[in-house]
Amino acid sequence: MIETHDLSKQFHDFWAVDGVNLSVQSGQILALLGQNGAGKTTTVRMLTALLSPTRGWARVAGYDVVKNGRDVRASIGVLTEQHGLYMRMSANEYLEFFGQVYELSPQLRKSRSNQLLEYFGLAEAAHRRIGEYSKGMRQKLALARAMMHDPGVLLLDEPTSAMDPESARLVRDEIARLKSSKRTVVICSHNLVEVEELADQIGIIYRGKILTLGTLEELKLRVLGAPEYEVKFAQDWDSSRLELPAGVELLARTANSVQVRVERPQASNLEILNRLSAMSAPVMALQEQPRTLEQVYLKVMAEAKGYANVH
Amino acid sequence: MFTKLNLVWIVAGRELRDQMRDWRVLAPMAILVFCFPLLMNEFAKQTVDFLNQYNANLILERLVPFSIMIIGFFPITVSLVVALESFVGEKERGTIEPLLSSPLEDWQLYFGKLLVGVATPLIASYLSIGLYMLLAMRQELNMPPPLIMFQLLLLTGAHAFLMVSAAIVISVQSTSVKAANLLASFIVIPVAILMQGEAVMLFWGNEQVLWLAIAGVTIIALLLIRVGIAHFHREYLLGREIDVVNVRWIWRTFWSSFIGGATSLKEWYGRVLGSALRRAVPAMLVLLLVSGVSVWLGYDWIMKNAAQAIKMASPEDIASITERVQEVPDLRTFSESISAPFLFLNNSRAVLFIFALGTVSFSVLGVLLYMVNIGLIGGLFGLFQLIGLNAWPLFIAGVLPHGVFELPALLIGSAAMLYFGANMVTPQVGKSMGEVILELLADWTKIFLGLVLPLLAIAALIETYITPSLLIAALQ
Repeated sequence: MIETHDLSKQFHDFWAVDGVNLSVQSGQILALLGQNGAGKTTTVRMLTALLSPTRGWARVAGYDVVKNGRDVRASIGVLTEQHGLYMRMSANEYLEFFGQVYELSPQLRKSRSNQLLEYFGLAEAAHRRIGEYSKGMRQKLALARAMMHDPGVLLLDEPTSAMDPESARLVRDEIARLKSSKRTVVICSHNLVEVEELADQIGIIYRGKILTLGTLEELKLRVLGAPEYEVKFAQDWDSSRLELPAGVELLARTANSVQVRVERPQASNLEILNRLSAMSAPVMALQEQPRTLEQVYLKVMAEAKGYANVH
Repeated sequence: MFTKLNLVWIVAGRELRDQMRDWRVLAPMAILVFCFPLLMNEFAKQTVDFLNQYNANLILERLVPFSIMIIGFFPITVSLVVALESFVGEKERGTIEPLLSSPLEDWQLYFGKLLVGVATPLIASYLSIGLYMLLAMRQELNMPPPLIMFQLLLLTGAHAFLMVSAAIVISVQSTSVKAANLLASFIVIPVAILMQGEAVMLFWGNEQVLWLAIAGVTIIALLLIRVGIAHFHREYLLGREIDVVNVRWIWRTFWSSFIGGATSLKEWYGRVLGSALRRAVPAMLVLLLVSGVSVWLGYDWIMKNAAQAIKMASPEDIASITERVQEVPDLRTFSESISAPFLFLNNSRAVLFIFALGTVSFSVLGVLLYMVNIGLIGGLFGLFQLIGLNAWPLFIAGVLPHGVFELPALLIGSAAMLYFGANMVTPQVGKSMGEVILELLADWTKIFLGLVLPLLAIAALIETYITPSLLIAALQ
């Protein structure tokens, strides 16, 4: 698990990370979103015990990143922004080397290496020089390296950035498996669809500060407001006679539809349907308006930039 | 412990395998290793023919050892690229972060790289030397005795050790391979100059001198390793991205440390300079001890060597010495022949020179120069004793009056240099190497400007206007 309190990092006069508070439990995935240079990599590097915090603290896998740097590094797997592969080595040699660095037994090194290469579809190319690999193959090998010692915490920077859809699916499935096997995962990504699919918590970071943090539903509610629903009628129907229950706000009305914002959908949606039924309205569907993480992200960023421009 | 050392070996093994697969490293090394001994052998053949015409036996005798030294040096300079690339190359290729994120400890990573850095040039050098020896034996050239041969191999090892240690420090501190390669000149050129000195020792010295050279080079190499580890921070290795000379930051860091927040000269002297001096106290105590040893060494050397030299000197030599003694300026007009500003500048230059030598050798050469300066006092005592004069009245009248200021100035100035060097090889938590250097430089400048220069100024005035009269009185 990962816990941070007021985690901050200053480079000369510039605060790259400023007061980050996180709590990611075992079996959870946290996604950090933000522009390039927002502070994601610096945060990850502090969690990796590569950078020491200027202020605040962080505990990773139960170890303090300042006092127990070596233990932290032994307990985590890191996929860095640059793959960090030795081009003149083969995949087998590469994984063998990192297996030795993590002090795995020879048997375990061999079995883990074979298992990971097999899973990521690299077994046939295992003896080829990494320099001959495609971008996607390199990305998969780097991920295999991060998982070689079966760490309890994984910090993954853009895990599927260079991959074809098939490989990306493979990696997402593996991340989901890690979650179900109680691993703690932090992903830094610009792929919002992937984050929506995988993350339990999402943090949007801007100029070193976490602007908002929570589950996807919490973020939608917090940023975009209460969910929006559309009632569709099978034919034109005068909806002006419809009285909306308390906590329901009318957004738009057309000849064959009504759009509303509902504070408490569990209670209010049924009430709306009951009232429409009592009025013999030709209701065809009541459906939630799709609201994506992209909308959340863009709105948060727009507000942050607006605020930054004013101040 | 074995497991911990094993990790050093694992890091080294990977690095070595990687280098051995790189034709850009292998090709020049192979060319040098195999072609240079052939060239050198041809050169030796021509030289032998030439020297035989003049019966230059000493040069003939030392030709092979000299050639071995040169042959050993060239492969080191080429394979230095392995050490220069060790950290900064990995950083540039983006492979350093997974390594730094692993449980490897700093020293394991550092020594792993150092091991390969030293092993590669040494293998190349020894192969080259071996090949040359075979060729020289076929030519029936004068082969060096086993002891000299052993010393030459050790000296080559010490050179490799020195150059690689420096190259790794550069590799850790550089932001690009280009910058590291440019900085490599600061390794190759000084070592080439050092080798010229060693060649002189080889031709005209004896084995004892070579042992000293081996010891000196090894000590500097060990200090460089210590510096490298002291300033090896994962954070700075990752943090530095671009080569930019930030003059404003350099000046600000130096100035804020130099001023130390003082608002008046009185506060600066009392608090800021006071605290810099307190930090240098251990260095002063060490130099005080060194001073005692130097005086004794100077006295002892004169007593052993000068007496013999006086006995062996011809009447002409003695006459020449007497003539030179008579040329010493008349003490009554001393202030006219040698001015106070001259003495002040001369002594200030000596302190500056000690500092300059100290900074490039982590204090080793600076301390040696200080020892020579102080050793002169012991030497003078010995000399006076040899010519039957009581040195004490002369010392009290001719040295003590200005020496009360000059000797402490020399001691404090040299202690500031020793403090600088000692702190360079000491780990400084949370500071980059640049910050450490600037703060140490500020401390040295405080002591030099605030205390050493005023003391030397007073000493120069006394030496010009008071000491000569006292000395005349003492001589009469």
